[in-house]
Amino acid sequence: MGDSQDPLNKRWDHLRKILERPGPFCHPEFEPSPEILDFIMTGCKILVIGAGGLGCELLKDLALMGFKQIHVIDMDIIELSNLNRQFLFRHKDIGSSKAEVAAAFINKRIAGCQVTPHFCKIQDYDESFYRQFHIIVCGLDSIVARRWINGMLISLLNYEDGVLDQSSVIPIVDGGTEGFKGNARVILPGLSACIDCTLDLYPPQITYPLCTIANTPRLPEHCIEYVKVIQWPKENPWGIQLDGDDPQHIGWIYEKSMERALQFNITGLTYRLVQGVVKHIIPAVASTNAVIAAVCATEVFKLATSCCIPMNNYMVFNDVDGIYTYTYEAEKKDNCLACSQVPYTIPIKDPAKYKLKDLIELLCESASFQMKNPGLTTVIDGKNKTLYMSTIKSIEEKTKENLSKSLVDLGLRDNSEVMVADLTSPSTMVLKLKYLVSDVEME
Amino acid sequence: MIKLFSLKQQKKDGEASPRSGNQKKPSAAQLRIAKDINELNLPKTCNTEFPDPDDLLSFKLIICPDEGFYRTGRFVFSFKVGPNYPHEPPKVKCETQVYHPNIDQQGNVCLNILREDWKPVLTINSIVYGLQYLFLEPNAEDPLNKEAADVLTNNRRLFEQNVQKAMRGGFVGGIYFDRCLK
Ligand SMILES: [Zn+2]
Repeated sequence: MGDSQDPLNKRWDHLRKILERPGPFCHPEFEPSPEILDFIMTGCKILVIGAGGLGCELLKDLALMGFKQIHVIDMDIIELSNLNRQFLFRHKDIGSSKAEVAAAFINKRIAGCQVTPHFCKIQDYDESFYRQFHIIVCGLDSIVARRWINGMLISLLNYEDGVLDQSSVIPIVDGGTEGFKGNARVILPGLSACIDCTLDLYPPQITYPLCTIANTPRLPEHCIEYVKVIQWPKENPWGIQLDGDDPQHIGWIYEKSMERALQFNITGLTYRLVQGVVKHIIPAVASTNAVIAAVCATEVFKLATSCCIPMNNYMVFNDVDGIYTYTYEAEKKDNCLACSQVPYTIPIKDPAKYKLKDLIELLCESASFQMKNPGLTTVIDGKNKTLYMSTIKSIEEKTKENLSKSLVDLGLRDNSEVMVADLTSPSTMVLKLKYLVSDVEME
Repeated sequence: MIKLFSLKQQKKDGEASPRSGNQKKPSAAQLRIAKDINELNLPKTCNTEFPDPDDLLSFKLIICPDEGFYRTGRFVFSFKVGPNYPHEPPKVKCETQVYHPNIDQQGNVCLNILREDWKPVLTINSIVYGLQYLFLEPNAEDPLNKEAADVLTNNRRLFEQNVQKAMRGGFVGGIYFDRCLK
């Protein structure tokens, strides 16, 4: 009998009221039951990505809501400047892993909670790691990382004859903050708008024309960009790449941009501004993190329990001047590079004899494709491989020998996917090879 | 409206559900660059070189202008496409030393679509045309090499001589240029 079933334990009574009684806002298929609380506490596995400002809030919120199987992943170490808002960390923790310290803090403070830390990059794990989770919550500050995890969860989707198997969907709850602004969203990969569908929402980094920063700087940012983009690679003071987390590097950039600012009579250059421009830092506000994390944690709870219909699907929050909040449905893009790639199944009778040129011939001649110059790539053992591309001479020469190889000889297996780019379609198309003989028969 | 988990089908937990043929998929950047590369439509003065045909994210572009100040020259650019392509532009450097108002000694190139005016709808092809144009119409108003820009503005004849001298290999204004005639 779990902690949730103990009648003497009143700790979870407030959740019981929600999970053991029906209500007007419940999901239509919600069946009130004591088992739901048990699922949260024993079965449901959540991954929190990022143990920074949002991550600390998320871990605290989820743990106090009853989730016990929580994993947290973060590659960063704790810095002095984190301590004002990343409240799971103390001065003595500076230099230690965020994930490890955060996990240890929660486990000590909240009885029964088991947070497992991962002190590494999200890219260090493969699909077998991500597949174990029911829901993934992100408190990230990078678009690259968001797109990576988005792509990972989309790659876990399973399509049978073009129809999505809903049990392969792992929802993403994504939070983001910038100063007094924030957003929270729910993504059901393959079903609703994904990160790539709404890439326009993330403004590109501010960049200044190279010639302006080189010749006619007017802003302190121009001076910093100049030192970063032109002077650092030229003088390379320590013979290594610029590291925005190294105080010595930032110090050097500060000193050199100061010289430049003086030369052009530009004022307002500070050490903090240098840090901001080099690392693209936007000041973090603790209260915004708290609001956004609370919204995200609530969405995780709704998804895990079905006690309420999840947010549909994008909420913006702004308290720069008063409070403004608004929720709307971000739309799934038909031609999204990440999530609209429903593989097109191609049956192959005899893969040991079927050659790459036969496949290309099929793409060019069959009425349903009618391609012109298809370029074919694939991924074999995690590595990209160009199978054939006729339009680029240097690639054509190096890949033409593949044309007379069979699919099996090229390392393609049953269910392997081949990416096809061609003028005739607006984005790269994915083919899934379906071998009509089993792998065993082929040996 | 789907209901994601029914308590009866508590999937996961260690036993990874055997999804048929789950292979690592290419990133969105990879899918997009494959399309960009497959559909490159190069002007006859340009050529690409892929040292590793499996790596479409890093390659070289060679421009041999057939008119303008830089005809008879051969200029090599390196392209590095990052994981955030096409949200961010590729990193492009000129590997050939060139006496040019918009290219500096470190190979930095001042072309608006490589920085502030980049948009995800642009392609590798747009950059190729942009670079080619820089050789046909060097722009003295947005200089990276200010001396070259001043010469171009004040004395086109001298500018032409300097370009020739640099391309043949030699000193221009105290800077040595390697020979880069085709
Ligand atoms: Zn999408």
